[in-house]
Amino acid sequence: MTEFDCDAVIVGTGPAGATVAEVLTAAGQSVIMLEKGANHLMSLEPPFAMSGEITNDEIKFLRRYFLEPDPLLEPRTFRRTEAAGDREFTGSVNVLPTGLGGGGFHADGKLPRFREVDFHLLSEHGPIDGANIADWPLEYDELEPYYAEAERIIGVAGDSTGNPFAAWRSGEYPMAPGADMYCAVVTGAAAQRLGYNPYRAPTGANTVEYDGRPACNNCGFCAFFGCPIDAKGDPVAPLRHALHTGRCEIRCESFVSEIVLDASGKTARGVKYLDTDGVEHEVTARAVVLGAGAFETPRLLLRSDVGNRTDLVGRHLMFHLQTFAVGQMPFRLHGYKGRAVTHLMDDPIVPDALAQAAAKDAGLPYIRGGIVEHGAAGHPVMEAMYSPPGPMHSRMMLESPMRDCMAGFTMQGEDLPLLTNRIDLDPKVKDVWGFPAGRVTYSPHKHDVVASQHWAPRLEAVMKEAGAVNTFSATSPPLPGSLGESHNLTPQSRHIMGGARMGDDPDTSVFDRWQRLHDVPNVICSDSSVFPTSTGYGPTLTIVALAIRAARELAGLPPLTSVRPAGA
Amino acid sequence: MPEYLTEAQFAVLEAACEALIPAVDGHPGARALGVADYIDGALGAFSVDPPRIFAGGPYSGRFGGEPGFAKFTKLSKFQELAWRTRIEGSAGIPEREINGPVVGWQQIYTDGLAALGDDFLECEPDEQLRRVQADTVLFPVIWAHCGEGAYGAPEYGGNRETLGWQAIQYPGDIQPRGFTDEEVSQP
Ligand SMILES: Cc1cc2nc3c(=O)[nH]c(=O)nc-3n(C[C@H](O)[C@H](O)[C@H](O)COP(=O)(O)OP(=O)(O)OC[C@H]3O[C@@H](n4cnc5c(N)ncnc54)[C@H](O)[C@@H]3O)c2cc1C
Ligand code: SF4
Repeated sequence: MTEFDCDAVIVGTGPAGATVAEVLTAAGQSVIMLEKGANHLMSLEPPFAMSGEITNDEIKFLRRYFLEPDPLLEPRTFRRTEAAGDREFTGSVNVLPTGLGGGGFHADGKLPRFREVDFHLLSEHGPIDGANIADWPLEYDELEPYYAEAERIIGVAGDSTGNPFAAWRSGEYPMAPGADMYCAVVTGAAAQRLGYNPYRAPTGANTVEYDGRPACNNCGFCAFFGCPIDAKGDPVAPLRHALHTGRCEIRCESFVSEIVLDASGKTARGVKYLDTDGVEHEVTARAVVLGAGAFETPRLLLRSDVGNRTDLVGRHLMFHLQTFAVGQMPFRLHGYKGRAVTHLMDDPIVPDALAQAAAKDAGLPYIRGGIVEHGAAGHPVMEAMYSPPGPMHSRMMLESPMRDCMAGFTMQGEDLPLLTNRIDLDPKVKDVWGFPAGRVTYSPHKHDVVASQHWAPRLEAVMKEAGAVNTFSATSPPLPGSLGESHNLTPQSRHIMGGARMGDDPDTSVFDRWQRLHDVPNVICSDSSVFPTSTGYGPTLTIVALAIRAARELAGLPPLTSVRPAGA
Repeated sequence: MPEYLTEAQFAVLEAACEALIPAVDGHPGARALGVADYIDGALGAFSVDPPRIFAGGPYSGRFGGEPGFAKFTKLSKFQELAWRTRIEGSAGIPEREINGPVVGWQQIYTDGLAALGDDFLECEPDEQLRRVQADTVLFPVIWAHCGEGAYGAPEYGGNRETLGWQAIQYPGDIQPRGFTDEEVSQP
């Protein structure tokens, strides 16, 4: 009988990897987690306390790549189309942090569930030319108990009555929501007056002491920073739970270079990884779990030449087309206080008569935008860089039209899956380990552009209703021909999905319904690479819910079930 | 005494920063904010150990807790490689040339400050501003550093006595105090 180093080797320690570690170790299995980044998060010795390196520091987190992959070491490349040549840009392309915890604790943790229709968009709304829309191999009803479990593990604070468009729920959120930010009080009231439905955002930050961690104290350094006081649950909580079992070993600064198959080519034996001295190691395991995130997982599969029989690995990459509608208010909003965003609205996801008419005019069967985050600008270093130099600069910083008086909506617009939007291996640019950089080829589909152009003026109208004296809108990535193109061509949504979609047919998908590689079933993907469509919601709660489901199946545990309350 | 630059280079740097962020009523200029000290401190980051790259934590002490920012964080091997490359340039060292040679900040400032001209200190602020902005290599670097040096945490050497934050009615790092629910929700 073959001896293995562990039951499962897990690549990546973000929400996707951490969740699998929690479920498998609770089921009695042993795991080794490999993480390419450093550990700035917490001690790996009991009681696994925070390390004290996460701080309210704009220079460290936004300017010096403390958590983000440094583009000098891990560049990515970008081009809009193949016709643009090998690459148009080299540097940071929609990166998520690297290091223990991945992007999870760096995010501000708005954690909504998807809606029922999101799992069968193709069947319900039909195809759109040029896009490969696909139904998911599972329905919302099957995922509901896993959503509930994900909310419990992370500790999500929310209000189940606030969103009229929300899918049904089997129970309440674990915690009530926290304090409404003043900017959202202002823009939320205006949105309501215009007939929209803002609601308190389900958020992975404690509002009371929960699971041994304190309540959030609204410090305002939430999105992009990490929580100095340990009030954010994802993925700190599952990592700690896994470590507490004594069956989880974490090795940081360990870059997984390759998935290793046995002689049959149908079973993985483990993975190879490099330490920072470039020394190669191998970990053998009964199962290999890929939680490297939807950029690095496809890149690792391509590098290992595993699972790509159908040339689908890396394709159907999705980001969310972000639309920003900005309002300059004649008063201060102090957006630096609070959990970055406290209100969302789903209205653009559920097309109303105006949106349907806009779709018809554009020759599209429908347009679906995305959640709208009611936010404001927080911190001044970025403001300074976007204010013109010279005497104007100091005056603008005093009046702060670009920060303290600025409210902003961000719509996370649904990004349709295209065969041509993809990650592949750059023919020339390399990373610090000597491997080809990941290259993104990406342009949004007409659907996404029309949805953005339809909603931008409607969102600006809400800003005006809220009292804005000046409004404007922009997108990420910039739309062709817009001013933003000269500034930064690349998408910056930090929501990365697709690249190795799941489905029942091995000829049209890479992973199966349990997130096992069709070609090598003991390779499981627990991150958003498997998403067949992007929906208009942040991906992370769904990543975690799916990861619980896939890990339970891997561990041989029975499926979770839930009961839909009468009338829900 | 500047740490990396010469006295003469430092004087030009101070003037350039002041042209970019001048003093106006209620807002100190870059000179009073110590922006050039911030930049010089970044250029000489590796003259101290641990290097002056990532301030420590978890708190600065300004709103309670032990003052931890001033104790800088030890760099990982890769962080050191990246930051030495960014500051010192690749200098022909193979490990630093992952995708070819990199011109470091030290070189960018040394060349850029010299190119501002021997008469730079005597020029009017308008002309100084024009010259700095016209340098397409120096300007993006110095401008980003001006924002950091004026409004970043003072432990990095700029934002002297938090004067930058005070001018713009911004409290800066607030942990472990945080904000009350009323402070968050009320005007
Ligand atoms: C500022 C910000 C705000 C956000 N806000 C939200 C939000 O409100 N709601 C939401 O849903 N999402 C949000 N996100 C996105 C969220 O962070 C991601 O969806 C989530 O982190 C994805 O989890 P993951 O585990 O799949 O991948 P990641 O978090 O990216 O983790 C993957 C880990 O794998 C490691 N890794 C990769 N390749 C290798 C390798 N070869 N070897 C070893 N290790 C490897 C990486 O270093 C990383 O630590 C936000 C992101 C950011 C940056
Ligand atoms: S706002 Fe709350 S959850 Fe976010 S970093 Fe600050 S204390 Fe932590």
